[in-house]
Amino acid sequence: MAGIELLSDQGYRLDGRKATELRKVQARLGVFAQADGSAYLEQGNTKVLAVVYGPHEMRGSRSRTLHDRAVINCQYSMATFSTAERKRRPHGDRKSTEMSLHLKQTFEAAVMTQLFPRSQIDIYVKILQSDGGNYSVCVNAATLAVIDAGIPMRDYVCACTVGFVDETPLADLCYAEESGGVSSLALALLPRGGQIALVQMDARLHQDHLEALIEAATTACKGVSKVLDEVVRQHLQEASVLTGED
Amino acid sequence: MLKSKTFVKKTRSGGVMKVVREHYLRDDIWCGSETCTECKQDSPVLQKDVCVESNLCSYPHYLVPDTNVVLHQIDVLENPVIRNVIILQTVLQEVRHRSAPVHKRLKDIIHEKEKHFYTFTNEHHRETFIERQPGESANDRNDRAIRVAVKWYSKHLKTLESGPDGLKVVLLTNDLGNKQKAEENGMVAFKFEEYIKSLLANPELVDLLALSNDDKVTAFTDRNFIHILVLFPEHLPLSRIQVGIKSGSYLQGTFRASRDNYLEATVFVQGDGEDSTEVLIQGLQNLNRAVHQDVVAVQLLPRNQWLAPSSVVLQDDGVAKDDDVEEDEEEKLRLSAAEAARKPTGKVVGIIKRNWRPFCGMLNVSQIKESTRHLFTPADRRVPRIRIETRQASTLAGQRIMVAIDGWPKNSRYPNGHFVRSLGGAGEKETEQEVLLLEHDVPHQAFSQAVLSFLPKMPWAITPEDMAKREDLRHLTVCSVDPPGCTDIDDALHCRELENGNFEVGVHIADVSHFIRPGNALDKEAANRGTTVYLCGKRIDMVPELLSSNLCSLRSNVERLAFSCIWEINHKAEILKTRFTKSVINSKASLTYAEAQMRIDDTNKTDDITQSLRGLNKLAKILKRQRIENGALTLSSLEVRFHMDSETHDPIDLQTKELMETNSMVEEFMLLANISVAQKIYDEFSECALLRKHPAPPPSNYDVLIKAAKSKNVEIHVDSAKALADSLDGAKVESFSYFNTLLRILATRCMMQAVYFCSGMDSDFHHYGLASPIYTHFTSPIRRYSDIIVHRLLAVAIGADSTYPDLMDKHKQSALCNNLNYRHKMAQYAQRASVTFHTQLFFKSRGMLNEEGFVLFVRKNAIIVLIPKFGLEGTVFFDTKDKVSPSLVYDEEGPTLKVEQHTFHIFDRVKVTIGLDDSNIQHQKIRMALTEPSIPGVSVPAPEAEPPTKKQKLDR
Repeated sequence: MAGIELLSDQGYRLDGRKATELRKVQARLGVFAQADGSAYLEQGNTKVLAVVYGPHEMRGSRSRTLHDRAVINCQYSMATFSTAERKRRPHGDRKSTEMSLHLKQTFEAAVMTQLFPRSQIDIYVKILQSDGGNYSVCVNAATLAVIDAGIPMRDYVCACTVGFVDETPLADLCYAEESGGVSSLALALLPRGGQIALVQMDARLHQDHLEALIEAATTACKGVSKVLDEVVRQHLQEASVLTGED
Repeated sequence: MLKSKTFVKKTRSGGVMKVVREHYLRDDIWCGSETCTECKQDSPVLQKDVCVESNLCSYPHYLVPDTNVVLHQIDVLENPVIRNVIILQTVLQEVRHRSAPVHKRLKDIIHEKEKHFYTFTNEHHRETFIERQPGESANDRNDRAIRVAVKWYSKHLKTLESGPDGLKVVLLTNDLGNKQKAEENGMVAFKFEEYIKSLLANPELVDLLALSNDDKVTAFTDRNFIHILVLFPEHLPLSRIQVGIKSGSYLQGTFRASRDNYLEATVFVQGDGEDSTEVLIQGLQNLNRAVHQDVVAVQLLPRNQWLAPSSVVLQDDGVAKDDDVEEDEEEKLRLSAAEAARKPTGKVVGIIKRNWRPFCGMLNVSQIKESTRHLFTPADRRVPRIRIETRQASTLAGQRIMVAIDGWPKNSRYPNGHFVRSLGGAGEKETEQEVLLLEHDVPHQAFSQAVLSFLPKMPWAITPEDMAKREDLRHLTVCSVDPPGCTDIDDALHCRELENGNFEVGVHIADVSHFIRPGNALDKEAANRGTTVYLCGKRIDMVPELLSSNLCSLRSNVERLAFSCIWEINHKAEILKTRFTKSVINSKASLTYAEAQMRIDDTNKTDDITQSLRGLNKLAKILKRQRIENGALTLSSLEVRFHMDSETHDPIDLQTKELMETNSMVEEFMLLANISVAQKIYDEFSECALLRKHPAPPPSNYDVLIKAAKSKNVEIHVDSAKALADSLDGAKVESFSYFNTLLRILATRCMMQAVYFCSGMDSDFHHYGLASPIYTHFTSPIRRYSDIIVHRLLAVAIGADSTYPDLMDKHKQSALCNNLNYRHKMAQYAQRASVTFHTQLFFKSRGMLNEEGFVLFVRKNAIIVLIPKFGLEGTVFFDTKDKVSPSLVYDEEGPTLKVEQHTFHIFDRVKVTIGLDDSNIQHQKIRMALTEPSIPGVSVPAPEAEPPTKKQKLDR
């Protein structure tokens, strides 16, 4: 009867996290051999596969070629089995197109495209299982894939969704929280410099709360970056051990 | 960063959707006990020394109630004796699902520091989380979760060095299976009743106990009813009700019991938009244990069984002895029903939601001396009597008490309940006031420390920063006009002639929003109270007195912060310019209406204040004329004032309120300010402006009025407000000067309630009574919260303040409006109830009186008489229980009532004796009896006139 209580008086959320705590992040780099770079990332129950090709010469219409930098091409799709009800159209609907565009903008801000003029970088992300924070998890996975491909970036791009409940910002929303009528904000951050690559918010929120929300998002993104960094170092260590033995 | 250690997936399927949720288990959830050294908690809630004297457990212990105990015994848990309780998250969640009010109360207890209630988040604790096993029901799983948590606690506390007879946890459950399983596992478990009865030092708790289901059967059946009588049809389960509602065979609505007839009720069915219907329900069987305000499912009866609402007044006087007394009373209902007046009639088939609250009332002590079961009669006549069990009946007799309903089994004539608390002796002024505040849900506790902490520090003065932001209007000749004895002055006026010949008129309203900042405790308290409630001789403030009677009160000769609305108006009272500003004013005089009137009338006076008043008065008259030409209604209701004895606070005289020109002068400018502000905030915030509307009544509401006027050959047109106003003005009858006022009183009863609403949620803004397209409340922020919101909106609109989130949220705004409307309605009822009570006190001291009055309504067995002198309404019954009733012929068309030879019409002039009937101490009422016209066997002889000397004394 009563709606779900998103934040209890004791400060616990639905799934037992506290307001600022992230979900458990697990990631692997180099999952596919044939692509230039790939990564698999789980953030709680949201699971994403990201694959990067390039930089390579322009394919398709050559008219899109830029003479001072590389073109970034992003494609976002959701597996038909990624949600509780089977999805009919895995990609190409308006939501996916919008998401692709957001990803493209995010990575144009992070990848050092001017190093590869007249070429193209393809980033494909696929949601295998969706449980909230799709955009953020895609960004995080794509970052790892880009790193795996060895394409130079200014910094990791880390993203996180935050929501606002009872005057408290909640970090890294899960699906139940996102659909619970929370005004949520997605932020992609270059953590070292603190530059913002993308902010997106559709809901109504009073101006007074915005600052607190961005603050919380920044902290969360920095948390994500720490985890990603560890994953990358771990991967490199394993790789170097392997090559050392060879 | 990441604290989650273990990771468990919880799958929950319901319907078709499969929901997968993460469930993190933690090891940083502490036990909350002061004794514990293992847990790294900051501020433990549970005390080290628990001293509750119980002969069941001699050792110190913490209590763990299960869900059903919390749900049913919340009254006991609220008692200050019960402390150091662990509320498990499982329990809290289940309570939340099952009952919102209990959940709210439980949360309040948890927040209270003195109670030492600790919430243990067992569902997220690594060692106490359990998964539902295959074949296990959700309830069983929760019971097991509770047991596991209790087990964990006993183990956890045992490892502490406090020794073998140290702290223990005690599980309280009424579920025998649960208790048995707990005991098998070596836990201490008691039934709640058992435990409470073992508290030797506090026997009073036993009365607070609610009867649990299985107890009820034993308590009330095997002793009292040897043959188990099933009095009521079974209620349908919720699932079947839902199916029925969906298919249209049942209707869902709010049950409203009739005030006059305990065997009759209506169910208000909310339809889409406008089409809401009312379903009539008659007879005990059909009412089927529904209580006033419950949400019920009704089934309509076939059309040939439809009935008309009876106009009989019936009261449940029968003592519970035998249950078939009702039969003939029900018969009485059936007799009536003219074909035309029949209404959709139905019967209650199930209860969707009970809306039981604790009821105030009195105990009818059972005739059997040793009996512990007694009937309780609520003060609200719409609520049935309640059977309670208590051993202190002799002390409770003659007191006002509160009782909560626990349940209503189908074999019991009355619901079962339990005693909550005593309010004091009946008939005492303090108690009665408390009762009427409680019955009308008026928050009246003293302001808490948290609220008071947001008051400005005294001595308070206007700071230079305030001054810089505000317009200095201290030089203006501002004055206030209010009723005598008013200490919360929220409006002041000024008027001066400009060089170009026009007038500048200013309305200055106390700037309450300067002191009450959004979102703090003070603001929340005010928002909850919604309005100041004025009772006879007592005021229940919305904001603390420091603000209401001092800092915000625009008293004379002190500097005060104000919100000013200033117009430039020409001599034809046309507004040329409007502006709003925050200001500082210095009122030159606080006048009463009479003083202001005297100044205007006294031609010798030519000082600034008087000049200003004359200007205002002149403009007000023009404004009023214009308003009436536009179709504003002038309605009438009699308001009375009591002259109170200054020491005993007993009423010593009654007086109807007089209206002077100055009353309408102030009113006129307040209306103008409200309309100007409404327009301004709506222009600025089309989505979230708080406005006030007064819907036009449906034409059928006027039937009574038209019929009544017709009996005196007067036509009333009700097509529009203007037509109504005009025909009311024209309605005059020779040699009956009071006729017009009576008509207006009747017209007032036809009106709808004016309500607050949020502009984003509604499209109809019209104010019918004032004939204004838009209206709001701006002028009384000290006593109405709506005005504070309007002040804030206006302040933002003129750039004097900033917004805050809730102000701009139309859903929150709308929720606030609902609360304000509710509080206003309740405040009005409370005010009326207070007047009634004081009228009774008055008549108690005066004895019998003989007065002239007019028939206001005609009912089937009674007439309702209005006494203009006292503004008092009373019912003259023609069929009394102990007498042979006279022949009564009721004609619905008139409506007229023929008693023996005499026929009563509306507006007939009658004479009645008025006296206090205190045979029922709870419902003391004014009894009227007819003296003129004299009808043999019906009327009573006029009492002898009072000794004139006494009366003169009082008049002086």
